[in-house]
Amino acid sequence: MKPFDILIIGGGVIGASIARELSRYRLRIGLVEKEEEPAFGVSKSNSGIIHPGTQNPAGSLKARLCVQGNILTRKICKELGVDFKEVGELIVAFDETERGRLLQLKKEGEALGVPGLEIVDSAWLKANEPNLSDKAIAALYAPTAGIVSPYRLVYDLSENAGRNGVKFYTGAGVEGISQRGERRFEIHTPQGIFNTRYLINAAGLFADEISAMAGVDDFKIRPRKGEEFLLDKKREHITNHLLFPLPSQTSKGILVIKTSDGNPMIGPTAEDAADKEDLSTSDAGFKKVLLSAQKMIPSISEDDVIAYFAGLRPSAGKDFIIRHEDKVPGFINVAGIQSPGLTAAPAIALLVADILKKNGLSLNKKLIFHGHREKTMQLFAIPQEKTRRLIKKDASYGDIVCRCEMVSAKEVKDAIKRGARTLDGIKFRTRAQAGRCHGSFCTTRLLKILSESIEKPVTEITKRGPGSEIVKGNKSGD
Amino acid sequence: MAAAIAAHESGVKDILLLERDQYLGGILNQCIHTGFGIEYFKEVLTGPEYAQRFIKEIKKIPDIEISLKSFVVDLTRDKTLTFIKPGILEKVKARVLIMATGCREKTREMIHIAGTRPSGVFSAGLAQKLINIEGLLPGKRVVIAGSGDIGLIMARRFMLEGAEVRAVIEIEKKTRGLLRNVVQCIEDFEIPMYFNHRISKINGKDRVESVTAVKVDDDLNDIPGTDVRFDCDTVLISVGLIPENELIEMAGVQIDKKTNSPVSHELNKTSIPGLFVCGNSFKVYDIVDSVSLDSEIAGRLAAEYLRKKI
Repeated sequence: MKPFDILIIGGGVIGASIARELSRYRLRIGLVEKEEEPAFGVSKSNSGIIHPGTQNPAGSLKARLCVQGNILTRKICKELGVDFKEVGELIVAFDETERGRLLQLKKEGEALGVPGLEIVDSAWLKANEPNLSDKAIAALYAPTAGIVSPYRLVYDLSENAGRNGVKFYTGAGVEGISQRGERRFEIHTPQGIFNTRYLINAAGLFADEISAMAGVDDFKIRPRKGEEFLLDKKREHITNHLLFPLPSQTSKGILVIKTSDGNPMIGPTAEDAADKEDLSTSDAGFKKVLLSAQKMIPSISEDDVIAYFAGLRPSAGKDFIIRHEDKVPGFINVAGIQSPGLTAAPAIALLVADILKKNGLSLNKKLIFHGHREKTMQLFAIPQEKTRRLIKKDASYGDIVCRCEMVSAKEVKDAIKRGARTLDGIKFRTRAQAGRCHGSFCTTRLLKILSESIEKPVTEITKRGPGSEIVKGNKSGD
Repeated sequence: MAAAIAAHESGVKDILLLERDQYLGGILNQCIHTGFGIEYFKEVLTGPEYAQRFIKEIKKIPDIEISLKSFVVDLTRDKTLTFIKPGILEKVKARVLIMATGCREKTREMIHIAGTRPSGVFSAGLAQKLINIEGLLPGKRVVIAGSGDIGLIMARRFMLEGAEVRAVIEIEKKTRGLLRNVVQCIEDFEIPMYFNHRISKINGKDRVESVTAVKVDDDLNDIPGTDVRFDCDTVLISVGLIPENELIEMAGVQIDKKTNSPVSHELNKTSIPGLFVCGNSFKVYDIVDSVSLDSEIAGRLAAEYLRKKI
């Protein structure tokens, strides 16, 4: 295989953002992802918040890239047809001490360049956030906070990068990195050996292991678990803003989150985890999140919860690590990208492009860069008249597969065409199985559609990759 | 179908029956075990046979228009509903509306079982559909959470397919299923049943590897130190049903938050006059015969409502 100019390790939002940004230039770019599909690592459990830029340490990469990223994300979402909603956030104070801290946060935020910050009083809160506890006395309002679907952003970035020539390899976990001289890396994966001049490590939780393989082992990724709980879509309008408590030393606290799909979410917890693959949730986490969320919105009930999951934040200390490793020329680490990583992603991509340039790579723009992609249609998100026109154009928009979230056969087939290979991949792209019945009604239909489309027997269809096959075989006699 | 036929018998001439699936009969189609119809037909039938009796009957009535694969996306207070099916989006206004939308199963998430989210966790009904309709075997070593009837029936079904059912775990003191199902599906197959236990954790990265169960006291609180672990590759959830009433909720019908049924003092009626709910979507019944009988009442109530209107 012809060597790549750049190989990116990791198909999460960071890898995908870098890939898409660099696909503007005349470069041969590859991306390897160990999971079956992009966004299956850290990105899939992201809360989807585009932060305004408060609560970051002054002078840090996080502070600068978050404020920049908030602006850039809007543009990218527009270009790629990803829904971005500027819902605004409220950091809520419940007593006078906390009110004092709001002023401090406002001052710090303004110094970081966060626009539009405002302290609002309880009358404002009553009018604009009626379900909020009447014990709330004030809040810091950050109007530029927004929400996106984290995985759809990754899929659409990847798809667009692919259209502009980036080659994606999934199921390609890196097993070893060897060097055949300066800027000649050899990357060993189950999908083959890749050669590249520049190597970008965006491997999320495993970035320390990848970096060590390349010869730089001066940081460690410590997974910090966050458990999140999704509420029924019926509670979509339980809040109008993202609700935050005052932050602690180590985390932004347990939030009430609006999501791009409509279902509110409560969480996350923040506990150090021993294992980078431990995505279990706990009874204790559930209790803690529920109580904290009820402190803000008393009407949230345990019965509203329809789903939950845990994610791991790839923490590598206080700040992001984004740097060229001079001791291994051509190797760039993009590690420790925890919150506000999703927001910062497009700014990180620009920074990486700059680092590459400074380290000898010439960036020449392509004559034609396809910056725009057609928005993915989702019936649940469009008005009825539009649905009528779509069904007229393609009858299978009227063939509903997932009743809880109103997903048609056409959307499922489109998702597969765009790269879904697993039931989770279909779920993240379309929301089929993500509703209140959890796939009880639609799983069989999805299995069959996927099996037919990718020409694999139903018994080989998985939830999220090898080892997670849905069924154990055919019935005896069949 | 029972409501439509009864309404027709009571003089209603213009009936539209919307079914979201590709065939009539609903969940009965996957219930291939027997025990249906003892009360209604005085015969022992399988689920598909029971459904077929009604299908045969309804197809004889030209006044009943049947529209399959039809999914209602919107319902308003004045009984205007919008439905879509392949190639069509249509709005119809009904003078009277009967909802027979059935139930969905409670999920693992609704009872908050902690742990991981591997493949191999199924609602009992999905497992039933996979085996009986699709001819697939969901798993080989099974633990069942809850002792609802579908769970009990699926315990036997898995045993008959050569799979091993390691345990049925029920948080209450006694089964919530029918006694006959406990005898025929559990005791006859010597499947261990654990009462006063709940599954506290599902373990396994990609596929279920085991579950942890814990004993609970009379207030359903965990008793420390009573953890038991069952190795298995599959967990079935059979902890009850919830009426599917999201559409009438959209139309403004008062819904009981605990049961998800319409708030009502009279059988099949709702807070919107002329909007009736029947069968399992009105309340969860033990046997289908009662569903049919009460749905017939809904059909007659609808006819009576129309007569009074004129």
